[in-house]
Order: sequence, then C-alpha cells, then structure tokens
Amino acid sequence: MASPDPISTARALADKPQEAPLEQALQRPYQHGFVTDIESDSLPPGLDEDTIRAISRKKKEPAFLLDWRLAALKRWQAMALPDWARLNIAPIDFQALSYYSAPKSMKDAPKSLDEVDPKLLETYEKLGVPLHERAALAGVAVDAVFDSVSVGTTFRQQLADVGVIFCSFSHAVQEHPALVERYLGTVVPQGDNFYAALNSAVFSDGSFVYIPKGVKCPMELSSYFRINAQNTGQFERTLIIAEEGSQVSYLEGCTAPQRDENQLHAAVVELIAHDDAFIKYSTVQNWYPGDEHGKGGIYNFVTKRGLAAGKRSRIAWTQIETGSAITWKYPSCVLRGEGSSGEFFSIAVSNHRQQADTGTKMIHLGKNTTSRIVSKGISAGHAHNAYRGLVRINPGAEGARNHTQCDSLLIGPHCGAHTFPYVDTARSDAVVEHEATTTRISEERLFYCEQRGIDPQEATALIVGGFCQAVLEELPMEFALEAKALLAVSLEGAVG
Amino acid sequence: MTTPDPLLQVRDLRVNVGERTVLRSVSLDVNAGSLVVLMGANGSGKSTLGLALAGHPAYHVLGGQALLAGQDLLAMPAHERARAGLFLSFQSPPDVPGVKNNLFIRTALNAQRESRGEQPLDAFDFLTSAKQAAKGLGLPEAMLGRPVNAGFSGGERKRNELLQLSLLQPRLALLDEIDSGMDVDGVRAVVEQVARLRAQGTAFIVVSHYLQMIEQLHPDAVLRLDQGCIAERGDLGLARHIAETGFASRTAPVGA
Repeated sequence: MASPDPISTARALADKPQEAPLEQALQRPYQHGFVTDIESDSLPPGLDEDTIRAISRKKKEPAFLLDWRLAALKRWQAMALPDWARLNIAPIDFQALSYYSAPKSMKDAPKSLDEVDPKLLETYEKLGVPLHERAALAGVAVDAVFDSVSVGTTFRQQLADVGVIFCSFSHAVQEHPALVERYLGTVVPQGDNFYAALNSAVFSDGSFVYIPKGVKCPMELSSYFRINAQNTGQFERTLIIAEEGSQVSYLEGCTAPQRDENQLHAAVVELIAHDDAFIKYSTVQNWYPGDEHGKGGIYNFVTKRGLAAGKRSRIAWTQIETGSAITWKYPSCVLRGEGSSGEFFSIAVSNHRQQADTGTKMIHLGKNTTSRIVSKGISAGHAHNAYRGLVRINPGAEGARNHTQCDSLLIGPHCGAHTFPYVDTARSDAVVEHEATTTRISEERLFYCEQRGIDPQEATALIVGGFCQAVLEELPMEFALEAKALLAVSLEGAVG
Repeated sequence: MTTPDPLLQVRDLRVNVGERTVLRSVSLDVNAGSLVVLMGANGSGKSTLGLALAGHPAYHVLGGQALLAGQDLLAMPAHERARAGLFLSFQSPPDVPGVKNNLFIRTALNAQRESRGEQPLDAFDFLTSAKQAAKGLGLPEAMLGRPVNAGFSGGERKRNELLQLSLLQPRLALLDEIDSGMDVDGVRAVVEQVARLRAQGTAFIVVSHYLQMIEQLHPDAVLRLDQGCIAERGDLGLARHIAETGFASRTAPVGA
C-alpha cells in the first residue's frame, strides 16, 4: 500500500462562512467540451484475462509484455480500492468500462500525418495542439494520444539524429522491446497501488522517451492526451529514461470532452534519471471537471514517480491541475543516487464540486539528497483541495534536506483546503522544513485592485497569478502564458 | 456665463459600517481643479467618506447622493467608479504578493483606458512612462519590478500610491493621510504632484492633520468633520486654528 502512516497531520479548514460579497453563482462553460465523431474500434466492456489477451493481441505485443500484464491483473484482482484520500468517490463498476478504444480509421496505422484522419487533426487544432510547422517554430515535438492510440509523432527523425527516441509506447514495444522490458515497472511496480495495477494490466498506449548518454534533448517534448469515446477508460503509460549526463524537458497536456457520465483516467508515469541526468516533467491537466453541480467529469487517478537513480541526478515535477472531477495524484521522487535531488512545483485549482487530493512523496535513500516542494492549492465554489505530502528520510540518507512550502488560497465561503504533510525521518541529522499558509482572497486586496479600475474577474486572476508566481516561474516559457490563461478561465465566475 | 456644475456633488450622504452609522449627513461640492482639506478627530468619518465614495463593500450607503461629473457614483461597482475617474489613496495600502508593481499599475491603467475607448499601452511604452514618473517622485526604479507593496515600508507604500496617482491621472483624487509615514522629501513630492495634477483639472479631497503640508497645498476649502457631519467650513484659517487648539475644544455639530 502506498499510503504512509501519518506522523503528523496539519489541517486547515475553511473559515466559517462570512457575509461574503465574494460568494457568487459559479458559471463557466468548459472550453474543450466537443466530441469528435469518429468510428471507434472498441473492446466490449469488462475486464478479465481474455480482455488482457485481446489488448495484447491487438497490439501484437511480445510475450514478456502479455505475461507482465497478466501478472498485474492478478495483483489487481486481489487489491481493494484505496480509501485513505480525502475524496468522495461514487462507486466505480470496473466491469462496465471498456478497456480499449482505437479510432477505427486508424486500423492501418498512418505512416505520416497526411494519413491521419482529418477529423482528428481538426480536434487537435481546436485544442490548440500544434502538430505541424507551428510546432517546429515553437521547438516542440508533439506526441498526441487520442483515447488509447498514439496518432502521430512529429520530429521523430530530427530527434533520432541525436539518438533521442520519442515515440508512442506501442511503437517502443515494437521497436525497442529490450529497453521497455528492462525499465517497465522498475519505478512503479505492478502492485504499487490499485490504479497502478489496473493500468499495468490494461494500458493501451502512452509515450516513450529515451535520451542517450550526454545528450541534451534539442527541443521540448510534449504529449497531448484526450479522452473521446464514451464509457472508456484511458490508461496511458509513459516511460522516460535519461542516460548519464543527459537532459530532457517534457510536457503533457490533457483535455476531455464534456460528458454527463464520469470517465476514468488511470495513468502511470515512470522516470529514470541516471548519473548527472536531469528530467523536467511538466503537466497541464485540464480534463473536463464536471458541471457546477458535480455531474460528469473525469476521475483522474494517476501514479507518477521518478527514480533519481544516479549520482547528482535531478527530477523536477511541475504541474498545473485545473481539471477533472476528482484528482488523485502524487508525483514523487525516489532519491537513490548520492547527491540527487527532487523538486515538486504544483498549482492545483478546484472550483464548483471538484475534488483534488494531490501532493508528492520525496523518498530520500541516498546520501546528501535534497528535495524541494512548493505547492499552491486554490479552492473556489464548493470545491475541496487537499495537499498530501510525504517526506521520508531513510537510515542511509545522511545529510538529507527537504524544504516544503505549502500554501492554500480560498475563494468564497463554501470551499475547503486541507493539508496533510507527513514527515517520516530515520535520521537525526536530517533537515526537514515545512511552511504552510492558508489565506482567503482578501476583500481588501480585491477592493484595492477594483479601486484602480480592474474588474473583479481580472483582479482575481491577478491575485491568483501572484499567489502562483513561484510555480509559474518553473514552467517552460511557452507554457507559462497558457497556464496563466488556464488559471483565469478555471476561476471565471468564482468572484463577481 | 453660467458656473459649471461642481465635479463632485455629495448630498446628505449617510453610511453605515456594520450596525454603526459613521456618516450621518455629509454634503459637499468639489470643483474641477480645486482642493478641499478634510480634518476631524479620529472616528469622525474622514476615511469612511473616501471608502464609501470609492465603493468599499463593507461601507453601506443608507441614503443620499454622490455625483461625479454628473454620473451617479453610488449606482456603480467599485471598478467603474475608478474608471469614471475616482482615485482613492489608501491610508494603509494592502500588498498584493507575487504581482509585480508595473504589471499591477499597467493592468489598472489599461482597464481605465479601454473603458474610455483608448488603445491599451504595451509593456514597453508603459514602462517608459512609469520609470519617468518614478524618477520624478524620487522612487527607485527597482520598485516597479517588486511585488505590489510587499515588504514596502509605510512611507514606500505611500509613495507607491503617489506613483499610481501620477500615472492614472484621475478626475478626482481622495488622499487619505498620504503624508503619514512619509519623510520630508515624500511630502514635497506630494505637494508637487498635487499642484501638477490640479493644473490639469484634477480635484482633490485631502485628509490630513499636517498643517505644514496643508498650507503648501493651498486649499480652496477646509472642512471639519465631527461625528459623521460637517461641523465647520472654512479656509486655511480653520486648519491653522485646529492645529493650534485641537478638536476637543471645538463645538459639536449643529443638531448633534
């Protein structure tokens, strides 16, 4: 079980409801709620060994992977749903979901973007995903995952010239099976937790990145994920390996169409950084959050973990989480290499009836390992936002240091912020610092902005942007603006 | 030739803060380019007048009227009052962590410009004029790049109010104890800035107890507030008299 025993718990609840001019009806249409009308080739709902065999057969996978999936299924079948998060989750019928959905027109996989269904490309265009030359200008290579199959990867050749492999997971299984077999499940084992086990059994696609020794990846790598088909779960799996002295910055973006029923997303991301390697992994997650009454929306149960395996290796997670009805996500770092470091910069916004339970784990194993956590949680409407973090200093982690800064911002009287920082240290020389604040968007600050002529909407965006500044600074430049805009959109209608 | 209407007309303004009536009846006129000094003991309602006119949500107007250039101020939300040309220099300006001063002021200025149908200033043009204004006020340029009022001293916050006043160029400015916390140079900057804007037609209501500054401001009128009413109207002589004898010895307002 991934959940640690609580050593200490701090909790900040929303103040008593005040007489609040801030309290307003929350009205905001979801910006990406269109459905693409494409025939899908889906498996019937249900999950058993046959489902796994069918997925593996459809994907023409080698035997080791089928065996691995089947072992994961066994683990999963013996596991119970985790209930320790501060989330209200309606029961999920895992047998009612379909575990594979590929757009039918892609049965014969496209050889180039020209062969990709124009409707798909249109979808990406609506999402603002730059698949063509625009991406080149931006220096971004995009791997777009639509439901479960990767539809096209740009710049594979340009990257290949420096030895970087950036492709869909399925492609990697076919072309680089040795790498996949060597690293798959080494950071997030099959039985790590309920959703990771489920993903290990049924994952259909995702991204694969390999950066060879000494190579600094010449461009930002980026994947866009989108859930389209009805009653499907999306289970992508991402694996990033950075060899000695290499560097890579990777960004994933997520959206889903607007549907009344809940959709399940259970991804696994594994990062491995060898000696002196640096992996920066940024996420802009904007899955459909459900409407203002809590109807519909994505259930986002994600396991992300990086292994700082080598000496002086470094892993940085940066995330902007504005979407999903439920977010359950703890991007973590296992700091094994001597002098390795882990960072976690997070902005989590929850509005309406959204629930977020997110944070990080920093597991210090090696000597002189350092970690830094900056978490900014924003709650509005009737939403609840929990930060849950673990800093563990193991007996061998001589000279380990951690600094955690954990701030919550409340907008309106009906939302809540909760902080659960766990610290578990086996060494007396460890330096573990934790700072936490909970504030409201103060009426005085809001009025100050308004007195200068700034309307309440923009004033809120300004104040929230300021609150998040320390994290926004960590985002790759070209995404910082997008993230700011997304924050503003997510909080539209939160004050008025 | 007829006299133009006063820029600001306040009639029988009555204001509650929570259950407490703070302004019982205030009427006053301020002409474009003129300056009124407001004096009064603590709790007499000086700050309340400014905050109520500016539309602070905690100040509930019970009755009365306030027109700015003929527009009904009390019917507008706070940001529209600002766009109509009302500026309040806060007695204790709050900070806005993480928001750089130049972004804050530019956002405000552009919101006001756009409401007047003018083109927004881009970051470069704005910065040029902001640097110039800061220099004119004796403010270090670095202050523009710092988060709004975060870690500013009391005097720096007041200078920052003055900077905003100078860049926003309102029609009516209410300065609530802008001199408090300021050094001699700061007060001089206030006097210069006020004179410059007045020459352009900006009207001022200045709350202050600092006679030396009041004298340099050359007020058109001096009013004394007492228990939420205007108890005395006079000129510089009234300010001098108050400075000499204090508020305690003065008579209560008529009808109180």
